[in-house]
Amino acid sequence: MTENIYWIPLLPLLGFLVNGLLLGKLPKRVVSLVACGTVGGSFLLSLMSFLELKAMPPDLRLIEQTLFSWISSGDFHVNFGFLLDPLSSLMILVVTGVGFLIHLYSVGYMSHDSGYGRYFAYLNLFTFSMLVLVLADNFLFMFVGWEGVGLCSYLLIGFWFEKKSASDAGKKAFIVNRIGDFGFLIGMFIIFWQVGSLDFMTVAAKAPEVFVAGGTLVTAACILLFVGAAGKSAQIPLYVWLPDAMEGPTPVSALIHAATMVTAGVYMIVRVNAMYILAPDALLVVAIVGGVTALFAATIGLVQNDIKRVLAYSTISQLGYMFLACGVAAFSAGIFHLMTHAFFKALLFLGAGSVIHAMSGQQDMRYMGGLRKYLPITFGTFFIATLAISGIPLMSGFFSKDEILWKAFSSDYGHPILWALGFITAGLTAFYMFRLLFLTFYGKERMDEKTKSHIHESPKFMTIPLMVLAVLAVVGGWIGMPHIFGVTNYFEAWLEPVISSAKPAVGVHMLTSAGGDTAMELMLMFSTVILVGLAIFAAFKIYNKRPEVADSLADRFKTPHNVLLHKYYVDEFYGAVIVRPLIYFSLFLWKIMDVLFIDGLLNGLAKLYEGISETMRSVQTGRLRSYATVFVIGVFILIAYAVIE
Amino acid sequence: MELLSLITFFPAIGALLLLLVPSKQHDTIKMVSLLVAFVTFLVSLWLYFAFDPIAHPMQFEFSVPWIPSMGINYHMGIDGISLLLIVMTALLMIPAILCSWKSITTSVKGYYISMLFLATGMLGVFCSLDLFLFYVFWEVMLIPMYFIIGLWGGQRRLYAAIKFILFTMFGSLLMLVAIIYMAFEFKSQTGVYSFDMMALTGMPIATQPQMWLFGAFALAFAIKVPLFPFHTWLPDAHVEAPTGGSVILAGVLLKLGTYGFIRICMPMFPEATVAFTPYISVLAIIAIIYGALVAMVQKDIKSLVAFSSVSHMGLVMLGLFAMNTQALEGSVIQMINHGISTGALFLLVGMIYERRHTRLISEFGGLAKVMPVFATIFLIVTLSSIGLPLTNGFVGEFLILLGLFKVNATYAILAATGVILSACYMLWMYQRVIFGKLTNPKNEKLLDLSLREKLILIPLVVLIFWIGIYPKPLFDRLSPSIRAVQEQMQRSAAVGKTSKFEFVESFKESDYSYDVTIENRLEKVK
Repeated sequence: MTENIYWIPLLPLLGFLVNGLLLGKLPKRVVSLVACGTVGGSFLLSLMSFLELKAMPPDLRLIEQTLFSWISSGDFHVNFGFLLDPLSSLMILVVTGVGFLIHLYSVGYMSHDSGYGRYFAYLNLFTFSMLVLVLADNFLFMFVGWEGVGLCSYLLIGFWFEKKSASDAGKKAFIVNRIGDFGFLIGMFIIFWQVGSLDFMTVAAKAPEVFVAGGTLVTAACILLFVGAAGKSAQIPLYVWLPDAMEGPTPVSALIHAATMVTAGVYMIVRVNAMYILAPDALLVVAIVGGVTALFAATIGLVQNDIKRVLAYSTISQLGYMFLACGVAAFSAGIFHLMTHAFFKALLFLGAGSVIHAMSGQQDMRYMGGLRKYLPITFGTFFIATLAISGIPLMSGFFSKDEILWKAFSSDYGHPILWALGFITAGLTAFYMFRLLFLTFYGKERMDEKTKSHIHESPKFMTIPLMVLAVLAVVGGWIGMPHIFGVTNYFEAWLEPVISSAKPAVGVHMLTSAGGDTAMELMLMFSTVILVGLAIFAAFKIYNKRPEVADSLADRFKTPHNVLLHKYYVDEFYGAVIVRPLIYFSLFLWKIMDVLFIDGLLNGLAKLYEGISETMRSVQTGRLRSYATVFVIGVFILIAYAVIE
Repeated sequence: MELLSLITFFPAIGALLLLLVPSKQHDTIKMVSLLVAFVTFLVSLWLYFAFDPIAHPMQFEFSVPWIPSMGINYHMGIDGISLLLIVMTALLMIPAILCSWKSITTSVKGYYISMLFLATGMLGVFCSLDLFLFYVFWEVMLIPMYFIIGLWGGQRRLYAAIKFILFTMFGSLLMLVAIIYMAFEFKSQTGVYSFDMMALTGMPIATQPQMWLFGAFALAFAIKVPLFPFHTWLPDAHVEAPTGGSVILAGVLLKLGTYGFIRICMPMFPEATVAFTPYISVLAIIAIIYGALVAMVQKDIKSLVAFSSVSHMGLVMLGLFAMNTQALEGSVIQMINHGISTGALFLLVGMIYERRHTRLISEFGGLAKVMPVFATIFLIVTLSSIGLPLTNGFVGEFLILLGLFKVNATYAILAATGVILSACYMLWMYQRVIFGKLTNPKNEKLLDLSLREKLILIPLVVLIFWIGIYPKPLFDRLSPSIRAVQEQMQRSAAVGKTSKFEFVESFKESDYSYDVTIENRLEKVK
């Protein structure tokens, strides 16, 4: 299999072409067969290549393949080339695996939608782009996937294009991502002109020679790439598009806006970790932005009432964790959390989709409640996912989150403050997730009678993926247990060949690490577990036992509650400071500069010319007598002139 | 058969043939012009495949004396740059003629004759290697365009047509003066007149006159591009022109400006080029941002696309004046891309205009519901215009910015904001036209694209992806010519520092065999 990696992305592309070109001509059954079949096929191929890679000695686990030359100009050459190594093989497993489950789920979820074929065509195109992003062997080809997933995200967010809010959200996602791409592009320029290549392998090999460790250029390049990552992975200040992206169909939110696309930024940073290691200041920026985003988004998640919005802010917050990990150079921990998060967050979204499906489209949790007895499978799997994301011991999220927290504290690039950001976020996460769980599945049934009569458990196409993901959400973390448990961390060992082993220059950035030993690690782990326990207890007390407490709390802290409910007014701020001034400025340029000034000047010139001509014309009277008079006067003047001379 | 003369004059011959067709027989007129355009395109393909990427960049040369006393020759020849532009011109003529099928109903015969003469003018400009010939074609092209806007245009067509012709004439007049000055300067140095581009390129010109000459040519070309602040004729011309006219105007006419810079200004006046670079670059950056911002607030789709052209052509200019390989190649590729994408955009706008007789964005909305095929193609073209990877637009845009970044990082960063802004105005327009609820009852019964319309658009869509995915054949033909331009600039700059006597000697000894007649005459002078 490893000789033909390109079939992995190509299969979904074929699916897209079939479903896209024959749109409206194929029966639904064929559409779903093509869509799911191609992604399923990709998954099998990914699995095969993973196994083949595993059979090789760790140092040789690297396969490169070039399809053909893409752009070649002067000394600039870029190919359509693929790179299979432990990192990308892991990513394609997650992308095709979770992707396949979500394709299956969509067969049930979208079965009544009139845009069925279009939906699956987009979904396949997305899978293709995501696989290109992950498998590309150079920055520019990665950028193809990068923009491709962005396009699919745009199309799928705005899938129900007749809704203005949906097409607005799609456009917002695209434009905010473009701002990030701007950084990505400039970052690529720096890298190319310094290294002379955009190949990941060449860049990784040459970076230590070309760049001065801690120098301006490498720091600038890394920060610019991170701007791109922050756009795609919804970090401060570019996160604003993700909550709105919930306008898309829920399986899309699960696949694109939780499990795969939004993690692309994390993947990119890990892909070029050899460069980031050279730029400790850039790492610090990544860590701070990640940590602050994690906390910031979690606070907003505390008070949202829309079930998908809570999950959206939760996604932003969890992505913040991954960046925090990257920022303290714990790259494998970042990817580990990326993987476990893909399992449990996809499950949460699909569960939410199942709830919304049952509730006839209702997304507001204030009108839910008591659903656990109507939707047993959804509830059971959702419950597991909630445990996993909250970091209950032995669930997948526990291991990955714990590793990040420990590295944030103890790594050479870590600091207790960074740890504290993650620690508080862990408590908030448990709180808002259990709030969501209690509001949705427990307590009084707050929906109206009509909705109530329609509530039903989802069909098998939807519940089977839920169950598979639930299993993964439990066991997915077991391959990455910490060393203090006395076991091998298989995950870390697998990724070891792709993570730079360069030793950090000590004291290179302004924070000094605390370091730490086993006792410390255990202590921190326990304190997190206790905090999470307390948070769950509080959520239970408030939202399950005495819902009225929530309202009185909201009343008592009106201002902070409002600020959180309105998401810190960031959208309003951007609107007032960037969007509207830009439009007024543009209107000024058009109406004043273009029409009034430039054209006015030209038309003025024309008018002036016309005026002069008009004046001159009046001299041409056509009367012989006046011509003779002027003639005579002229002669006299000439004579007078000659005489005086 | 002399290919370049064939391709240049074939449309004109077609136009003369049309004179014989009775003006009532619309169908015959249309079929004949379509056939002529198609054959012209086939000839351009022949050129494309006959062009040898490895041989000397200037190929298919042909030269006969025209006005010997003044050293004016009918000298034609093309390199990779002109080759690509010729193929694009010939290609765009087909949709430009096909799209007029139903929209042009008055004086049909005159319209198609104008279109064909226009084609001869444009192709002639790209083929000329003699400045005098170049100038003749340059002016020949204006007249049919003037009529196309002025006779078959919209409400304010007269204003637009006169504005178009005054702007262009103003520029070309100064250019004529400069051309004549060059010929005289050549005589004072060598004893004979010459208008030959190959001979004039490399002639040492003192710094001061170089500045003036560059200025005169640059003004003519900048108006054509159009570079800020000479752009105000463009939105008016576009809004008023019929669809076919807009396609050619945006697709080809604007490229004549940038082509002039790379063919004449840069190799002939290298010192002045370097001296003017900062000013032109700043104007180009203003054009990029200004064009994009003004495009964002347009109410008429056509003027939106027109301002987007100002923005895109600004980037091409910026790339040309970065003068390194990536930026230059990117710029030429981007000229082709802009021709295809903007041409397609105007065609699309024309198609909904034919249905609704309005181009106001606010009149539309929700078209995806009734015109799904239109919506899909419109999306692809929009994405190509904003430079999404795997579409043609990305290849050019990326190379320009990449090359530029090495020369001047600040320029590159400022220019790259255009990447963000283009997404803003294009997607916003797309959303308002295509998405949303279909609220306007007049849009409910709109028909999706007809077979003819699909035939017009699909080749362009194929090209969008082809250039986006496999641009190598284009680069193969382009690279040697770009290298030749760069080398020429260096050589000219070096020559500028040597004496005039040395130039004459080196001119005689040079291995240029472009113009045998000049060499012969030089011999006679001695």
